[in-house]
Amino acid sequence: MTVLARADGLAAGYDGTPAIHGVGFRFDAGSRIGLLGPNGGGKTTLFRALLGHLRAAEGTLSVDAPISTVPQTDHSRLDYPVSALDVALMGSLPRLAWWQRPGRAQREAARAALERVGLDGHARERFGALSGGQRQRVLIARALVADARLLLLDEPFSGLDSPSSDRLESLIDDLAAGGNAVVIATHDVSQARRWDAVLCINRRQLAFGPPEQVLSREVLEATYGGQIIEIPGEGRGILPPHHHDHHDHGADRGPA
Amino acid sequence: MTPLLDPLAHGSSARALLEVVILAAAGGALGCWIVLYRLAYAAESLAHGMFPGLVLAALTGIPLLLGGAAGLAVAVAGVALASRMPETDADAAVAIVVTTVFGAGVLLALSPDSPPGVANLLFGSILGVSTVDLLAGTGLTAVILAVLWVLHPRLQAIGFDRGAARSLGLRVLPVDAALLGLLGLAILVAVEGLGNLLAVAVLVGPAATARLLTDRLVPMMALATGAAAIAGAGGIYLSYYADTAASASIALCVVGLYLSAAAGSGLQGRLRTGSYDR
Repeated sequence: MTVLARADGLAAGYDGTPAIHGVGFRFDAGSRIGLLGPNGGGKTTLFRALLGHLRAAEGTLSVDAPISTVPQTDHSRLDYPVSALDVALMGSLPRLAWWQRPGRAQREAARAALERVGLDGHARERFGALSGGQRQRVLIARALVADARLLLLDEPFSGLDSPSSDRLESLIDDLAAGGNAVVIATHDVSQARRWDAVLCINRRQLAFGPPEQVLSREVLEATYGGQIIEIPGEGRGILPPHHHDHHDHGADRGPA
Repeated sequence: MTPLLDPLAHGSSARALLEVVILAAAGGALGCWIVLYRLAYAAESLAHGMFPGLVLAALTGIPLLLGGAAGLAVAVAGVALASRMPETDADAAVAIVVTTVFGAGVLLALSPDSPPGVANLLFGSILGVSTVDLLAGTGLTAVILAVLWVLHPRLQAIGFDRGAARSLGLRVLPVDAALLGLLGLAILVAVEGLGNLLAVAVLVGPAATARLLTDRLVPMMALATGAAAIAGAGGIYLSYYADTAASASIALCVVGLYLSAAAGSGLQGRLRTGSYDR
């Protein structure tokens, strides 16, 4: 199995203070990895370290494949005059010299990426006029145009209705089947159970491995600070602390 | 002669009309980026911040471009210093420094010892533009449009989501710096005709008008250029027939177009949401 990223004893953070430590994992090509942790727990710090924006304060981190982040779409300006195709095309810019404009080849790649995420009929539509799920898929198309093999999705399911969620989830399956590794930051434990691996993090790594081995009550309590609730008929649920408290994000700002 | 052609018989009005077309070309597309990057306040400050440099350049005979750049460097240093003062945020620092340097520039420009032409930097003299001014303006406008054309995809990506653009590996700082540099150039082009006080009108007003009328970028740029040209020409005719100050008349026409577009798009919005359906 091709390893796309690997960490061992990783600590990383801001201004010399590690926001996460003791992180060790192996992201294989073709795998879907759920990243579980509370807001402020260091998920974004890990993304930033993977993207190369933060250096390892301790331990090692190697990323051996093109990597791209898919931010939450509310970081984008919805009133901004760009089409879905324009946004997908943005993925081609890093590989062009500063004086070069995207040409026919890049436009074809962008159209192909939109088709792959199921949005071929929406290329000319304004990004802000698309639904939340469609916008998320446009941003995935942008990452595909950038030739990313390791994709970091930052809470892509937040705010999506059930059909949009299902569609996004099957796209994630499809991307993994195509040889990408997809890391999905999420609060949905039951969803993470369906993926190939989970990484639980709350300032330090609590577990990494196949969900059936890793997602014990103890690990989840340590991850979410013990706020586990039982939902009748649904089994175990998680009540993430301060889920909507934007004052408490600390280092967990959107990946910049 | 028809009322439309009459002013063209005067060389100064004909040159003024050419000048507003050049200003519209420089300001239309660039103005859209200024509006989308939310730089209208920065544009106003940039124009006023470079004013003393322009006046000194006019007084000493060095090129306005150099004087403007030097004036701007002083203003930027001043803003950096002022924003280090406790309890002074960046906006307040810009306002304090820009009004100070602008005041110093006005003192110089309106001093009895300054030659009369220097005051034109303040209010413009669109009816007094020379052929050399027109050629220089055309050259600078060509540079502005060429750079905008090259940077278009990057400006679009960075304006859309700055953080994501950085994550994609785009270099944000050089693009930001280029945009501000182009803004400085466009202000220099506009100062010649409209004066420092009103130069920004033609950069921000038409783009804000176009923003009300379309949510597509390239049509927005075309509309902004058209709106700037129409307001510019309208202002010249107004000044010719009503004997009003040309640059102020142009600024009034810019605002008039904006208000008409705002009223039109408000009405359209109401009709669409059915507020008038009873």
